[in-house]
Amino acid sequence: MSQTIEIGKLTDIPKLGSRVVKTKQGDIAVFRTMDDEVFALHDSCPHKQGALSQGIVHGKSVTCPLHNWVIGLDDGEAKGHDKGCTKTFEARLEGGMVYLFLEDVIAA
Amino acid sequence: MRDKLVVIGNGMAGMRTVEELLKIAPDKYDITVFGAEPYGNYNRIMLSPVLTGEKTIEEIMINNLDWYKDNNITLHAGDDKKAVNIDRRNQKVIAADGTEAQYDRLLLATGSNPFIIPLPGHDLDGVISFRDIADVETMLKASKEKKHAIVIGGGLLGLEAANGLMKQGMDVTVVHNLEVLMNRQLDEPSAKLLEQSLVERGLKFKMNANTSELTADENGHVKSIVFSDGEKLPAELVVMAVGIRPNIELAQKVGLHCERGIVVNDTLQTFDPKIYAIGECIQHREELFGLVAPIWDQAKVAANHLAAYGIGIYRTQATSTKLKVTGIDLFSAGDFSGDDDTDEVIFQDPKRGIYKKVVLKEDKIIGSVMYGDTMDGSWYFQLMKDGTNVADFRDSLLFGQAHMGDSGHAGVNAAADLPDSAEICGCNGVCKGDIVKAITEENLYTLDEVRASTKASASCGSCTGLVEQVIASTLGGDYNPSESQKTICACTSYGHDQVRDAIKPNNLKSFHAVSHFLEFSNADGCHVCRPAINYYLLAAWPGEYEDDLASRFTNERMHANIQKDNTYTVVPRMFGGVTTAKDLRVIADAADKYEVPMVKVTGGQRIDLVGVKKENLIPMWKDLNDAGMVSGHAYGKALRTVKTCIGSQYCRFGTQDSTGAGIRIEEMTWGSWTPAKFKIAVSGCPRNCAEATIKDIGIVAVDSGWEIYVAGNGGIKVRVSDFLVKVATEDEVLEYTGAFMQMYREQGHHNERTAPWIERVGLQYIKDQIVENAEKRKAYYEGFLFSQKFSQKDPWKERASEGVAQNDFIPLAEV
Repeated sequence: MSQTIEIGKLTDIPKLGSRVVKTKQGDIAVFRTMDDEVFALHDSCPHKQGALSQGIVHGKSVTCPLHNWVIGLDDGEAKGHDKGCTKTFEARLEGGMVYLFLEDVIAA
Repeated sequence: MRDKLVVIGNGMAGMRTVEELLKIAPDKYDITVFGAEPYGNYNRIMLSPVLTGEKTIEEIMINNLDWYKDNNITLHAGDDKKAVNIDRRNQKVIAADGTEAQYDRLLLATGSNPFIIPLPGHDLDGVISFRDIADVETMLKASKEKKHAIVIGGGLLGLEAANGLMKQGMDVTVVHNLEVLMNRQLDEPSAKLLEQSLVERGLKFKMNANTSELTADENGHVKSIVFSDGEKLPAELVVMAVGIRPNIELAQKVGLHCERGIVVNDTLQTFDPKIYAIGECIQHREELFGLVAPIWDQAKVAANHLAAYGIGIYRTQATSTKLKVTGIDLFSAGDFSGDDDTDEVIFQDPKRGIYKKVVLKEDKIIGSVMYGDTMDGSWYFQLMKDGTNVADFRDSLLFGQAHMGDSGHAGVNAAADLPDSAEICGCNGVCKGDIVKAITEENLYTLDEVRASTKASASCGSCTGLVEQVIASTLGGDYNPSESQKTICACTSYGHDQVRDAIKPNNLKSFHAVSHFLEFSNADGCHVCRPAINYYLLAAWPGEYEDDLASRFTNERMHANIQKDNTYTVVPRMFGGVTTAKDLRVIADAADKYEVPMVKVTGGQRIDLVGVKKENLIPMWKDLNDAGMVSGHAYGKALRTVKTCIGSQYCRFGTQDSTGAGIRIEEMTWGSWTPAKFKIAVSGCPRNCAEATIKDIGIVAVDSGWEIYVAGNGGIKVRVSDFLVKVATEDEVLEYTGAFMQMYREQGHHNERTAPWIERVGLQYIKDQIVENAEKRKAYYEGFLFSQKFSQKDPWKERASEGVAQNDFIPLAEV
């Protein structure tokens, strides 16, 4: 079963930064851009599973702290010559609150 | 409605500009291209390998016809599509067959024409130049049917043509009007070595030759060449390679101001502001162009203006030359002939066929010629372009960079001789073959492109020189080690110094202020420029600029080193490497309490708690703080440790209290952010047990005081530090240490350790300000102490007890 979950206020996430939401499917990194857009990715770089939540955010990208892979926030795809993809989740901003759309939250 | 851009000339210069333009303003123009050759855009500098059979035409295509389609570019290519007129009043280009194209902006990239000597017989069949695919096809055809070839011109192009024809089985004589081959690039000794090698390969030469005519057979085809001394040689194919002339015919016809080339200003604009020109057809500040590197720079600037950014300025950088004849190594750059005001440093070993010459003026390299061993060509070239003062290593200059001892690639320094399976980049496991393949298949030209594509030298950078050598040996002649000024990153066309120098005068106090003022291509920058500029702002505005955590690499944001499994390492500071049983107990208790998987001793005399979970960092710091311990900044571009030996307190040889001095130095310097990590060591006697001479600052005690050494390095490239000064007292040690650190803090580039910094600016420059000038030294020292007022706050305590940046350590939610 899938559902939309309120995870916190936009202002709880630093501009050009990220916060982690712990779920049963693993950590999800929720990003906030300069223009206050929010994106959510599995907190794991497709290269060597670096924590993307710890990366530097620029435009709609984040640079993984382990080996500088640049991952698109909107599609989870590695940029440039690197090949790989991180799972994306739907994140929405309504009335200053951030919502995550998760499938199978209550995983067996 | 898009504007219309028309490009006349479908060669390397024009298309490079279009590529640069598509990068920054992909939707600004509808683009139409006119080209006289019936192909896409190919790499003209690779025609030599095509002639020798080392490459095929397909392999040297840069942009095939699909590329034009994919980018919605209209291409009119072929003889009948040659642009023959420009109606400037109505802004239209007209081709030979009547095809017209309207323009808002026009780019002329008409290239150059080979110069044909107007000898009797110069228009016979079989007399050609060496310029395009058609010429190469003529040569290949001739080599199958004829035997005797003559190449007129012993320059770079002539020799490559001669070598190719010889490879194809012809009997080739090179006719040159001087005594020195490649006289624009070589001096006499190196040219003689080259001639000798080429003769050994089977080429023939006629030097100091004056050709009087070419004679024909009964079919009007060239048959022989006759010289003014009466000698006559059989010539069934004659290739003229005596130079090129800018192709300005069309520009002149339509009234654009031309001299030797189409005259352009620093923005590549002609006298008609709607018309830009670039490449071999232009004349910029009295100069003409024939190499690829400056033209790439022009393409960047022209694209910048066509995109209406309006900030690029073109300036010609020095260029270097290599000869694309497999197995012949020669390198030349700058002014290699010198005059009365220059010194020449020469190394000659005729038996091994090696000749190296570096020309110095006021201890700076202004030119170099190398034959037989060109390994250090790109190093000399870099030193020349940077204007580095080489006085300190003049004595070993000609022995090259090899004595610098790189780690991690078995001391290998010559890439050309390596097999494809040789590992070049030890961090990312990239072999020579991978790099060569990427360069040839993806048409890469620069170090940055190779880095992005292969990851070679993208980690620690210690193999950068090797990677550059591979690029140079793969691309041959026209590789320019740094094609333009080193920019911080792809977000900006400015280098570190330019960005830094803009901060204070323009009162820029945030990253976005800098990126806006300097018109970065990405407002948020990237992972390279953000931390760099954050540091520059911090150094420029002590006490005023608030550190931007979002621009900090995770280690510096979390105040712990991230490990491969996303856990962290905690390293408490131990001043001067001295600890106590009580502190050790606290560390041991913390290791137990937070289940630290590994406890390790570091190289800098402290203890690593490795593998701490992110959520345990704050409580662990709290425990360590309560026992009086603070962060060791083992994760930062900051003062790391001050390593010491026992010194006179206990050691039977100690001349001074090195431990006590080390503690004092660390108490003064801890918490300071620096351009790159900063290590200090203090030894109590010349036995130097603290290994102080490979640290950023090393202090060695002697009976009468202290010797201070600077800019040593034990890591990527071992560098023994330079002696700075000897002082009598500990207080003076502190003053010199603070002053040197502050000078480096204010002038070093982000991520540049003191070793490369001192090699860039020269030891003397530092001595002038720190040793010779007491006033400056005191000012730097005071500047350092002032900045320390704001940075000596323990970041662990701020987070564990004062509520700073807590959110970095705790999840936003759990679901």
